[in-house]
Amino acid sequence: MISKLTYAERETAFAIALATLVGGLALGIAGRNDVLGWQGVIVVVFAIAVLRPLMSSYYEPPVAEDRKVTYYDDPTKVGIVLAMVWAVFGMFMGVWVASQLAWPELAFDGAWSSFGRLRPTHTTGVIFGFGGNALIATSFHVVQRTSRARLAGQISPWFVLFGYNLFCVLAVSGYLMGITQSKEYAEAEWYADLWLVIVWVTYFILYIGTIARRKEPHIYVANWYFMAFILVVAVLHIVNNLALPIAWGQAKSYTIWPGVQDAMVQWWYGHNAVAFFLTAGFLGMLYYYLPVRAQRPIFSYRLSILSFWGITFFYMWAGSHHLHYTALPHWVQTLGMTFSVMLLVPSWASAGNALLTLNGAWHRVRDDATLRFMMAAAVFYGLSTFEGSFMAIRPVNSLSHYTDWTVGHVHAGALGWVALITFGSIYTLVPALWKRERMYSATLVEVHFWLAIAGTLVYVFAMWNSGVIQGLMWRTYTGEGTLAYSFVDSLVAMYPYYIARAFGGLLFLVGVLVGCYNIWMTIASAPLAASEKTDAPLLPIAVPGE
Amino acid sequence: MTETERDSFTGRETTGHEWNGIKELDTPVPRGVLMFLIVTHLWCVVWWFLVPSWPLGTTYTKGFLGVDQHETVQARLAEGRQQRAAWSTRLESEPYGAILADEDLMQVVRDTGRQLFGDNCAACHGRDGKGGVNYPDLTDNDWIWGGTPEQIEQTMRVGINTAHPKTRVGQMPSFGRDAMLDAAQVQNVAAYVYSLSNPDFSTPNNLDRVNAGRDVFAKTCVACHGEGAKGNPELGAPNLADAYWIYGGTMDTIIASVHGGRQGHMPTWDERLSAAEIRTLAIYVHDLGRR
Repeated sequence: MISKLTYAERETAFAIALATLVGGLALGIAGRNDVLGWQGVIVVVFAIAVLRPLMSSYYEPPVAEDRKVTYYDDPTKVGIVLAMVWAVFGMFMGVWVASQLAWPELAFDGAWSSFGRLRPTHTTGVIFGFGGNALIATSFHVVQRTSRARLAGQISPWFVLFGYNLFCVLAVSGYLMGITQSKEYAEAEWYADLWLVIVWVTYFILYIGTIARRKEPHIYVANWYFMAFILVVAVLHIVNNLALPIAWGQAKSYTIWPGVQDAMVQWWYGHNAVAFFLTAGFLGMLYYYLPVRAQRPIFSYRLSILSFWGITFFYMWAGSHHLHYTALPHWVQTLGMTFSVMLLVPSWASAGNALLTLNGAWHRVRDDATLRFMMAAAVFYGLSTFEGSFMAIRPVNSLSHYTDWTVGHVHAGALGWVALITFGSIYTLVPALWKRERMYSATLVEVHFWLAIAGTLVYVFAMWNSGVIQGLMWRTYTGEGTLAYSFVDSLVAMYPYYIARAFGGLLFLVGVLVGCYNIWMTIASAPLAASEKTDAPLLPIAVPGE
Repeated sequence: MTETERDSFTGRETTGHEWNGIKELDTPVPRGVLMFLIVTHLWCVVWWFLVPSWPLGTTYTKGFLGVDQHETVQARLAEGRQQRAAWSTRLESEPYGAILADEDLMQVVRDTGRQLFGDNCAACHGRDGKGGVNYPDLTDNDWIWGGTPEQIEQTMRVGINTAHPKTRVGQMPSFGRDAMLDAAQVQNVAAYVYSLSNPDFSTPNNLDRVNAGRDVFAKTCVACHGEGAKGNPELGAPNLADAYWIYGGTMDTIIASVHGGRQGHMPTWDERLSAAEIRTLAIYVHDLGRR
């Protein structure tokens, strides 16, 4: 990878890594009286891990590569490997915290291993670690192929990828030390947030720069979604994380948003993280890898337009449905609820467009577990997006809110939609990138598919049951007009479902391990002698400075 | 690259775009999608007219139904209070004897008391009220501060060793650590106390220790725990002659109690629960002990 860089580019990479190291040192020194100091140490270690290979091959002669006719896929390869590593970590944490709910002694009386600290390592690990790396990797791949243009940078893709992973490592290690903003899905503190802004803006510039180079007259739908994902996540991240640290040497900060406005900003962020990170980004993935694998044209371009603008417009308003029956004014709740209902048809239009694209390829869905992953993902997307609109209706929400039903809904989306589409895409992408004929074992893809489906179903059904029971127990009154159950009664009723949920999660994790093995063996196998690459050739382009 | 072609499977035209082999059909948006889109939008527009929905500068559209979530919740709370008033006023004001004698009212106490106990007391005393190590069993007949509803109510109101001005104060001094008794005396008095609930212990071998311990007890412990160690609910001094123990009745635990003392804590519920709730729980807990 380093050998493909020119000397000048190696210099730039070295300078950036060195600046990161100095930044880490500064953070460590400023925060020496706080846990922040340890975060500085982590930055330094990370920077050294990047510097070491860079320095050891610094003077190797550059490999001649004609950048005018080759796509830039090394960052995608590394991104996929990182995504799988984060998947194993994040899902292991998920199984652990799920088990803690059934068997609290699994916290082992440690502060770092208590539920409150481990839980965000699970959510950050799977959403940002696994999901984020998969999105960055696939977006780099998709934008080049659909634009017939090489990435608009040689160092910036690496900066985006490694910088993003540094953010994830800082966030997760911080939680274990007790550092948190206490904002769900935005727990990372101010210094990590500032770093992510730099990384994300670079991502945006890189992406838009690549699209600007495109040799295709039209921008493909997948890129609309990836652009929406990158742009909106930047806006969400910046606005929700506006905060003032209590001192430069302290990890703790306070948000600038007061009271109920803070709650509203948080859930505007939280819901649009679902919308633009977990939906738009992965729809970009679906729009590329599903038609490629199915070898079918997209069912309807017009439906793509309708659902894209429907999703991007309506989602923005829906966040307040997380705050029904709270101090948030009633009218804001009504808007959140109605926009969630209007969101349903555009969402279903996306899922329907994906499934109807499979018309003419259903025999492939039957025979090819990779394509079946993507088909199942579209089905789960449709189901959970219906469920989401349904749960956003105030009276329904009064039953479902604060219960495990919400947790079940999120996992129907996260396991059923996000993870399945990612595995389908990765199984399509890995042989193509590493120039293998196919995955090492089709049987293991099949095994992974059924473990994933079984795990998701066990998980979701357990949480549906548990959530509805919980919700009903909390609102059951005796004939005398007092509550029939204490809170502990509802916990006792949850116990069997918590065990079932941990088991479902374990099945899913085992599937991921099978997938890791399969990917590893594919990469380790011999590449095709004659490249059967079918990608459209990169059209030569005169790029100044390259 | 704007040459359209016809897809043989669906018979549709493509749009003529192509990206690395991906094409798109020019299928019109299905009529069902448009219908469904219109229906959901119409439903929302109707809803906007009915309930508070759109901001208007400093105010908002109130909606024709005239609903307001704050008024709704106040009305529901009032409704609940009214429903409960039938029995809650009686529980609040009637003498305990009258409540205990009224089987219907006692059924209310058992129903509502179970949930109140679960949410407020179970964390320490257990869901069944049987307590545990360091937390007294409330289902037995052994009461540290007395087991009448009046006494239980008082304990709940002021708590034990709390900041409440009238708190019950239960201090078992640390006789060993503060050198009020020497090590031998601690051992002996523990042996004596142990023998009260374990008569088998008073074998000829142990008799000297037990007798020596009895003397220590008579000088030092009797003031609180009383003659024969039967305890004193006025002072919160437990009965040491029975089989019920808070901190445990093994020889080692008794030695630890005498050596290091004990200062238990029970919170005050005066400001956290209503009068009716406190009295409900007082009877409920009293009733646990009777059953």
